[in-house]
Amino acid sequence: MLWETVKLALRSVRRNALRSFLTLLGIVIGVAAVIAMITIGSGTTEKVKQDITKLGSNLLTVQALRPMRGGDTNFTPRPLSDEDLRGLVDGLQNVDAVSAAAQRTVRIVYGADNLSAQVTGTDNDFFIARNWEIVSGREFTESELRGGANVCIIGQTIRSQFFGEGDPAEDSIRVGRLSCRVIGVLESKGTSGFGQDQDAVLMMPLTTFQRRIAGNRNISQIYIAVKDGISTSETVANVKDILRDTRRLSPDQEDNFDVRDMTQIADAMTSTTQVMTGMLGALAGVSLLVGGIGIMNIMLVSVTERTREIGIRLAIGAHERHILVQFLVEATVLSLLGGLIGIVIGLGLAAAASMSLSIPFVPSMTVIAIAVGFSALIGMVFGFFPALRGARLDPIDALRHE
Amino acid sequence: MTAASNPPLLSFEKVWKTYGAGEARVDALAGVDLTIRRGEFVAIMGPSGSGKSTSMNIIGCLDTPTDGTYRFLGVDAGRLDRTRRAVLRNRYIGFVFQGYNLLPRTTAAENVELPLIYRGVSARERRGLAMKALADVGLKGRENHTPAELSGGQQQRVAIARAIVSNPTLLVADEPTGNLDTARSHEIMNLMTRLNREQGLTIVLVTHESDIADYAQRTISFLDGNIASDRLNREAA
Repeated sequence: MLWETVKLALRSVRRNALRSFLTLLGIVIGVAAVIAMITIGSGTTEKVKQDITKLGSNLLTVQALRPMRGGDTNFTPRPLSDEDLRGLVDGLQNVDAVSAAAQRTVRIVYGADNLSAQVTGTDNDFFIARNWEIVSGREFTESELRGGANVCIIGQTIRSQFFGEGDPAEDSIRVGRLSCRVIGVLESKGTSGFGQDQDAVLMMPLTTFQRRIAGNRNISQIYIAVKDGISTSETVANVKDILRDTRRLSPDQEDNFDVRDMTQIADAMTSTTQVMTGMLGALAGVSLLVGGIGIMNIMLVSVTERTREIGIRLAIGAHERHILVQFLVEATVLSLLGGLIGIVIGLGLAAAASMSLSIPFVPSMTVIAIAVGFSALIGMVFGFFPALRGARLDPIDALRHE
Repeated sequence: MTAASNPPLLSFEKVWKTYGAGEARVDALAGVDLTIRRGEFVAIMGPSGSGKSTSMNIIGCLDTPTDGTYRFLGVDAGRLDRTRRAVLRNRYIGFVFQGYNLLPRTTAAENVELPLIYRGVSARERRGLAMKALADVGLKGRENHTPAELSGGQQQRVAIARAIVSNPTLLVADEPTGNLDTARSHEIMNLMTRLNREQGLTIVLVTHESDIADYAQRTISFLDGNIASDRLNREAA
């Protein structure tokens, strides 16, 4: 009986193919938008997670707080120093690496070619803390680090622009005014979630950077890699204790530095993308509502058009229930069809967006199942009133209807 | 053979049907008493507004009296709800209308199957019964034609097949020949006469043409909401 009704509904949808298609366009657009949004949203979340993992999820970043322009500062600004670094290296247990770094964007020249890159002065622990491998060449030696040798390790963007497929080993490039010997090449990190090229980088010993590039002994960040299985929040507390000591802060003074936990940043970024996804999804939900009203409208037309048919069916023994189910199934089939087309289009859009934004394509079966269920529900809800109107018709009046 | 001694199939006892109230009150039926027995072939005549259509709707369990009792198969059908009357119509009553009232773009066989669907008969059994009913009305070979591909007479035969497929007790025919030419009309009436004689089907026929009414054994004439005359037709009996 139900199968008969579904067949009947399909036939009726096919009979008015153009009208049916225009009606379910609202549902198609709504479902496509929801599916595309959610799929792209979870792709972005996934991408952020991957980026964080690349950065090292057990990474702590220490930075000196800078006074805010125009704002009240209740701390004494002071850059990070060698003393802070030594304090952390000596005082922290359960860490894999403690690394100091300072950066500046510098123009790099090789022959007639040049590009702008982020130059970082640091040490070998940096590569451990940032989870970054040297794919060819070597690390810095102890004497290079101590003596401030003019050597550098370059990122893939610099390598490919200056040397193509060739080996840059022992070749010299100019970093600002400084001539620097290339001793190694870093693995590629690709583009960050914010569209930044993470491979346009150059690393040199911190001492070299401070003396020849920055002209001061400041440290921009200290990276700390916490051992696996050790609580990062506990280490954060230790770091704070040590730094308050090395920076000679009295108990009534505020921290003039900031310790950031990568896992916290990951959570914050993930929740941001989730909020965005939710908002866009709600917007798409409005389009579903409009689609539902369209279905209601066309079902009312359908009931009026087929008043005589309803009269015949009632006269030969159909119950109210039969007529109700017939039109309800028709509305549901219509809206479900829209939902299925919408899912296909939505996934297509999400796949295209994933390719152009280079984020992973992660279609969710749950979301698809919800979309199918929801579009069926829309058909039932918005089809109910027209169907009830048809079922309540008086057979005598309906038979007289022209 | 006369049906005058058969048990009653349906009866009106002081049946009133009124529309509106106060000044605008119209009595479509004004205390009608009537009995129709099993196997009878009855023609109902009368000018428009005489109450013949209203009484036909009540006989067919499509409508209920405002006052009085309508009994069908011993049941007080006038007091049944919509669903129960739908069951009665589905099981015991077949309808034939002036405008055929077939579902458009639906084959003859599917149209004939319709009452069986609502009775919950399986698809295979339905198809078999529909084929048999279509053969009974002389439409063998036309089972897969849609109404648009059939002539008026053929469409009315499909309608009759649909009415008799569920093997009803009563056939209610409302101006069944109204849209047909004379030759086609007489074919349809001969078919109905045969169903009455051979299968003992009780037929209530509403018409305003006396030569059509002459096919029946009994003619009831309505005037102003009541029965003006009720007589047996010599030649038919």
